[in-house]
Amino acid sequence: MPDNSIGMGAGSGSSLPLEAAPARTAGRFKAFYRKFRKQRLAFAAACFIILLLLVAILGPFLTPYNPDTPNYDALMQGPSAHHWAGTDEYGRDIMSRLIDGTRLSLAVSLSAVFIAAVLGTILGLLSGYYGGWLDRLIMRGSDVLFSFPDLLLAIGIVAILGPGLSNVVIAVAVFGTPSFARIIRSVTLSVKETLFVEATRSMGAKDSRIIWRHIFPETVSSIIVNVSMRIGGAILAAASLSFLGMGAKTTEPDWGAMLSMGRDYLSIAPHIVYFPGLTIFLAVLAFNIFGDGLRDALDPKIKN
Amino acid sequence: MGRYALQRLIGVIPLLFIVSVLVFLFIHLIPGDPARLIAGKEATLEEIQGIQHQLGLDLPLWKQYFNYMGDLLSGNLGQSIRSGLPVTDMLASRVMPTLWLTLLSMAWALVIGLFIGVVSAVYRNRWPDYVGTLVAISGMSIPGFWLGLVLIQVFSVQLGWVPTGGVDSWKSYIMPSLTLGAGIMSMLARYSRSSMLETMREDYIRTGRAKGLRETVVVGRHALRNSLIQVVTVAGLQFGFLLGGSVMVESVFSIPGIGRLLVDSILYRDYTVIQALLLIFATQFILINLIVDLLYGVLNPKIRYS
Repeated sequence: MPDNSIGMGAGSGSSLPLEAAPARTAGRFKAFYRKFRKQRLAFAAACFIILLLLVAILGPFLTPYNPDTPNYDALMQGPSAHHWAGTDEYGRDIMSRLIDGTRLSLAVSLSAVFIAAVLGTILGLLSGYYGGWLDRLIMRGSDVLFSFPDLLLAIGIVAILGPGLSNVVIAVAVFGTPSFARIIRSVTLSVKETLFVEATRSMGAKDSRIIWRHIFPETVSSIIVNVSMRIGGAILAAASLSFLGMGAKTTEPDWGAMLSMGRDYLSIAPHIVYFPGLTIFLAVLAFNIFGDGLRDALDPKIKN
Repeated sequence: MGRYALQRLIGVIPLLFIVSVLVFLFIHLIPGDPARLIAGKEATLEEIQGIQHQLGLDLPLWKQYFNYMGDLLSGNLGQSIRSGLPVTDMLASRVMPTLWLTLLSMAWALVIGLFIGVVSAVYRNRWPDYVGTLVAISGMSIPGFWLGLVLIQVFSVQLGWVPTGGVDSWKSYIMPSLTLGAGIMSMLARYSRSSMLETMREDYIRTGRAKGLRETVVVGRHALRNSLIQVVTVAGLQFGFLLGGSVMVESVFSIPGIGRLLVDSILYRDYTVIQALLLIFATQFILINLIVDLLYGVLNPKIRYS
């Protein structure tokens, strides 16, 4: 990715005059924004994601009712002016629980992808830079993980660690790690051969400095793209595990857990299932479209 | 090719070994003493030791692995902790529903996915392409368990057209296979679109057009046939992932398959069954990957193996 005009260009870091760096970053961001803005669908998805994040942060101030307070006078009511998304089997306001659950659901998936990104990047950098047996070990390991379907691997990990949201984070992080390791490795391999890395090495820079100050910045755009592409899948996986009773407890306002509870009332109160499912669907859809758009705007290999 | 096939076959052996060790260690990776977990909270020390002895957990680790592999090679997967039944018997009755479910899902996903992909590629950047892309990206984002429940609510509860679950007739498989295939269909649609677009740029397509062939012939006979190879390969690779998805779908539609068995065993902590299922799933994926790899070489002679 050395000829990347939008991502971190070759030679960023210590070799640049200090005052030039912020200006270059701003210019690159502008170029990226212009390209990204053109993709209307992806831009709309980005706006929706910002809205979701705001809901996650401001949740407690936005809920029309207390999400945990039961109301036995209003059990399983359909959508109405009072309860936009109806009430659940304890008479709790579903809209409030969805709003409250945004934080939990996003926190689980974002932290899982973040952990996967950190681990995968470190493994990919080491694997690509040092090569040899370390490379073979890391790549064979990721081959083994890759040969399992995501969900099954996650279920297997939860089977070992036991049910619970923190174990869901670990499970989702584990199956996300190999994709980062592979992508970062391939970027590292190409950057390692460039002249500026060779020049830095000939000046006597240590390996750790070359990796962190010179190779790592080149991988940032690939990391960002992969993070955005994987969040949707992580939300789905976490919701699936909660639905199977392996993730969030049924008392927690998690989207997947809400859906799982509503399942028993499908024939009499389908809205208990419809709204949480629709929320998961829209959130995953937004992240997937956003990820696609970001890739098209950031990845120099894809030409229109 | 022959040498490559042999290399790949030999390469599978260490992978299978690693998997068998991991699955064997599974019961030791569970936090806490498995015998204590199985015996329950009120068990006496003698009861726990009895279970330890029964499971062979009091032997040294290497000896346990040796026994485990010995049992495995003679076709003995142990007994269910919960029901006491031999695990092989439990599996035998559950293989067929899962197999039917995955085959049906793959069949419709392949047909519809290819159709959407080809139409999208032919009408690139026009409205059929946009609709196709939207369908594909939605299919990828929709939670399978939710789609399943919505289908049940509409077609079973409201309209009464198909049963809500079980495997009593062929009708029972319609909704589960629709649910399970949705994700793969989307993937195949996107993949066949890009594969078609790539093929349409080839020289022989230009030649076909230049010599005055009709567009349907160019697309159908030349472009589609050549991109089909790659699409089928990808579909084969996704087979393993369908088996993963079956865990969810079988649980939604109460299908007595091996996916449901896995979920139930995890919820009831039936470790011997979990262990057997993990081994079976893992072996299956390794073998499917191997077969697809070999097929790819047969179907596409341009690939050179080194």
